[in-house]
Amino acid sequence: MKKTLALMLSLAMAASLMTGCVSSRDNNGGNGTGSSSDGAQQTSGGEVNVYNWGEYIDESVLEDFEEATGIHVNYQMYDSNETMYSMIAGGGTDYDVVIPSDYMIARMIEEDMLEPLNFDNIPNFADIDPELKNPEYDPENLYSVPYMWGLMGVIYNTTMVDEADLGSWDLLWNEKYAGDIVMIDNSRDAIGIALKRLGYSYNTTDPAQITEAVDTLIAQKPILQGYVMDEVFGKMEGANAAIGTYYYGDYLTMLENNPDLGFYIPEEGTNIYVDAMCILKSAPNKENAEAFINYMCSTEAGLKNCEEIWYSTPLMSVREELDPEVSSDPLAYPDETIMAQCESYAGLPQNILDLYDSEWTRLKSAN
Amino acid sequence: MRNKWLAAPYVGWMALFVVAPLVLVVVYALTTRDGSFTLDNFSNMMQYAAVFGRSFLLAGIATVLCILLGYPMAYFLSRERGRLRSMATLLIMLPMWMNFLLRTYSWVFLLERNGFFNTLLSTIGLPKLDIINTQAAVVLGMVYNFLPFMVLPIFSVIVKIDHRIIEAAQDLGANSVQVFRRVILPLSLPGVLSGVTMVFIPSVSTFVISRLLGGGMSLLVGDLIEMQFLGSAYNPHLGSAISLVMMVIVLICMGVMNRFGEGEEEAVLL
Repeated sequence: MKKTLALMLSLAMAASLMTGCVSSRDNNGGNGTGSSSDGAQQTSGGEVNVYNWGEYIDESVLEDFEEATGIHVNYQMYDSNETMYSMIAGGGTDYDVVIPSDYMIARMIEEDMLEPLNFDNIPNFADIDPELKNPEYDPENLYSVPYMWGLMGVIYNTTMVDEADLGSWDLLWNEKYAGDIVMIDNSRDAIGIALKRLGYSYNTTDPAQITEAVDTLIAQKPILQGYVMDEVFGKMEGANAAIGTYYYGDYLTMLENNPDLGFYIPEEGTNIYVDAMCILKSAPNKENAEAFINYMCSTEAGLKNCEEIWYSTPLMSVREELDPEVSSDPLAYPDETIMAQCESYAGLPQNILDLYDSEWTRLKSAN
Repeated sequence: MRNKWLAAPYVGWMALFVVAPLVLVVVYALTTRDGSFTLDNFSNMMQYAAVFGRSFLLAGIATVLCILLGYPMAYFLSRERGRLRSMATLLIMLPMWMNFLLRTYSWVFLLERNGFFNTLLSTIGLPKLDIINTQAAVVLGMVYNFLPFMVLPIFSVIVKIDHRIIEAAQDLGANSVQVFRRVILPLSLPGVLSGVTMVFIPSVSTFVISRLLGGGMSLLVGDLIEMQFLGSAYNPHLGSAISLVMMVIVLICMGVMNRFGEGEEEAVLL
């Protein structure tokens, strides 16, 4: 009897292990493959382990880098800052370069997870837009080199949404489009949207405001089709959903596949973010990591990446090389009136981060 | 028992990869971030009752559907001989050669609002099927992925039933319904029981299926635990506590099931 139980349990565990294994690869992988392009360039210069967002690079740049330096790139992807943070905080990883967003960089600096960079090894840093140097999240610019930046906004299908309904974050709560709305699947962006809609700051540390925002998200849940991150590409391109919220660069990519899509910045204001390259304290290949960061800041690599993912580049030389139609796009390179509507995410104190975690769990487990 | 040292590698494996992680889970569940002892992780468990309830309900439905689909399949398969049987067995096994994740992803494209099925349906003038990101889609994903784990154990038990017993029943005047009800069904129950275990446990703890086919809308316990470790709400202490509670509940379920299977142990072990 006991033996049976033990055996059945171990069988069951083996079965769930199998599924668990496969799916955790999905998590690292964001979408698609986990590892680098190919192993053809066998190393003379060692290796570098890069952990980046999914759909966030022109992968041929990795091959170019391997060819130029002889350093082999192990490339893996994540689908949100929070996933990346959990992986690193969980320990046992050997990533060198990570590319978190501003608020996450602030948190990782605070928690002593990042290694100061040796800028002597990153001469291309000189090409970074001075406006983006010494940012709030890294005031002395010791830890990070901007990779891409941009705005968040509402993406909608012009054939499915009435023009009169546009303009505000309220569109995501509009019951007329019940079942056609997809919401972003990470705590900071989702709760941030709800805060903005209520007229609060993204960076509020008032627990009551955060709880109120999550209450409105719970009220929104019945009309949602789902919570998505990069799945939003398929949802919007295939007209499987009418309304979503994502980053402007990704909207441009979607637009190439579905010309019916539109984008706007809600009147309540939106998020402006910078994703920057950092090196982890635990990095085994620090110099290779700096070489990688430097290469990513070259005009050649920057241009390739920019033309693949359409986010806004921080590299001044790349901006000059871009098609003027792109570089004068006010949503990609916003002027002051648009900038005035934008607020970036700041690092939050630990008690508020804990509240975000527990409130996010409350939202996701609500019926 | 003379060669018990042969089991040493396996014992070592179990100690390293089963016992040690379990100890870690217990330690994590009982501590806070700064390492001090706490029971808070458990005292808040009631707020996840709905998630637990939903997981067990959906996994239960999936298991029942698997029995309804899998039992007749296994039964008829066991009565076939030769090429048809090996062909059918192959077809049941075939999807399992493909990555679990890929198979589940492909369902997303099939079920999407403008996906394959709906395009097909609207071409022939039928109304669209709107089940992506619903609980029905999650159950579908579970049934699809775990059905072979129901068919194969039942099949291998029925196949091994001594044919002379069936002939004896027939000689004693039982018609085919009676033979099935009084002989084959009771003798095949151990197979059903192990099928239930093999389907229910992975279903109740899955998180990929609900993420992909449920659109993150109907959170299951697996999602809840995954969220605490890899997802958007990093709290491995709470995650460990939920895992422990989950394990205890599953243990109880298994215990209850084993009561049913008392005396059938050999077959359950398969």
